[in-house]
Amino acid sequence: MHQPTILFDQHKKCGATMINFHNWMMPLHYGSQIKEHKAVRNDAGIFDISHMLILDLYGSKTRKFLRYLLANDVAKLVHPGTSLYTGMLNQDGGVIDDLIVYFIDESYFRLVVNAVNRSKDLAWISYHAMNFNVTLKIRNDLSFLSIQGPNAQKKMHSILSEKQLNAVVKLLPFSHVQIDELFISYTGYTGEQGYEIALPQEQTVDLWHQLIGAKILPVGLGARDTLRIEAGMNLYGNEMDESISPLEANMERTISWKYPRNFIGKNALRVKYEHNKKKLVGLLMKEKGMLRKNFGVSFLDKRGHKQIGIITSGSYSPTLGHSIALARVPSNIGKSALVYLNNHNLKYQRIIPVEVTHPVFVRNGLPVINNS
Amino acid sequence: MTKIISDYKYRSTHEWVKRLSLNSDIYIVGITDYAQNLIGDIVFIELPVVSTVFNIGEDCAVAESVKTASSIYAPLTGKIVEINMLLNNTPELVNTHPYDQGWIFKIESFKSYEVELLLDAVDYQNIIK
Repeated sequence: MHQPTILFDQHKKCGATMINFHNWMMPLHYGSQIKEHKAVRNDAGIFDISHMLILDLYGSKTRKFLRYLLANDVAKLVHPGTSLYTGMLNQDGGVIDDLIVYFIDESYFRLVVNAVNRSKDLAWISYHAMNFNVTLKIRNDLSFLSIQGPNAQKKMHSILSEKQLNAVVKLLPFSHVQIDELFISYTGYTGEQGYEIALPQEQTVDLWHQLIGAKILPVGLGARDTLRIEAGMNLYGNEMDESISPLEANMERTISWKYPRNFIGKNALRVKYEHNKKKLVGLLMKEKGMLRKNFGVSFLDKRGHKQIGIITSGSYSPTLGHSIALARVPSNIGKSALVYLNNHNLKYQRIIPVEVTHPVFVRNGLPVINNS
Repeated sequence: MTKIISDYKYRSTHEWVKRLSLNSDIYIVGITDYAQNLIGDIVFIELPVVSTVFNIGEDCAVAESVKTASSIYAPLTGKIVEINMLLNNTPELVNTHPYDQGWIFKIESFKSYEVELLLDAVDYQNIIK
């Protein structure tokens, strides 16, 4: 049996098509995924992300523990109310999960990790936490909402009390505040401005109604995926997993090498750094058709040797009107490549030229690549 | 609520079939409202080539949605005589008007008895319940 979130009935009332997403009953779309996608790019959308695991860590050595556990350095979090995106690596330098760590106070940090990795992460974190006397608290009592889009913050402000508003308007990207029962962070997974809000289960339906009343459109997991692909944001299981290092997944900037800190996977990663021959790129296809996960990518290197890569996520970009993809390819790739549309539905294989781009297509509603 | 047209015929793979006119061998084919809803927003339709011959049950077109690629099967053995060129630029017609403007191709049936193999609206309704 798949677990509903507290908003299950609200999703149904909004006309959602529900799917099983890693044992959660989640809305895929509420009628049109493309309409929802465009609402987030042009106005405001609301996502139920209560399937994600919120994990609170307590103890005087929590910071020390996280500096060992995570590839990015929690020492960068100087002021309470700041947060950091990071990979959590295994000893081989592969990615166990990507997550955000929130600094609340010196003996209290919060992690938000992917639903798909819930039990794996809990086992890993609790095993390593023992040595630091860090206590874990799973926040099943909280729901989690995300509102995203150029008008999302303004619309959220319209429903807040004056006291709440004063706390929230000061937020900068990757900062957060606990005000009354609301934990509000300026973060997201769409490439737009917005907030993510954790709050007690029993208050969630009320807040949902208020945000819908402020003309924020419900958005399902389908558009969540196309939005994050356009924004060039990784999805665990696609762009990276335990066999992929952050070096191959456009996560170099989340690795803090600075001596003498040691973190799990650092030694393996140091060796990989010198031998790494793969990187994550974007692909843009202007011909009709659809790039999809696991399609092959090829190109000829300078010596005329054929090089092979793979699409890690592919979809249609409603903002660009073309199919786009993220792909893990040999680092010496040039500006163009070929993709094998080896769709099982097609009787013949189409080989289509694509442009190779940085793995970011859209930011703040606008294309960041040449789409002419 | 999924819409079904009572006087169309259906295939279990979610194509609908409508005779062009009384006594004609030509049938209009599309996908059902149930199917378009399942596939999601369609962004590209790979249409069959006119005058190609397909056997009943052969896949002859592909609907690419944001989510997935779905085959569309020939509901009758025959020759493609026309395709809906509007779908090249407005594939979303299949989502918005699955039973009329969103038709996909017209096929000339070679075996008149095959129409009897298709489902009527009540049978199809039972399949998708």
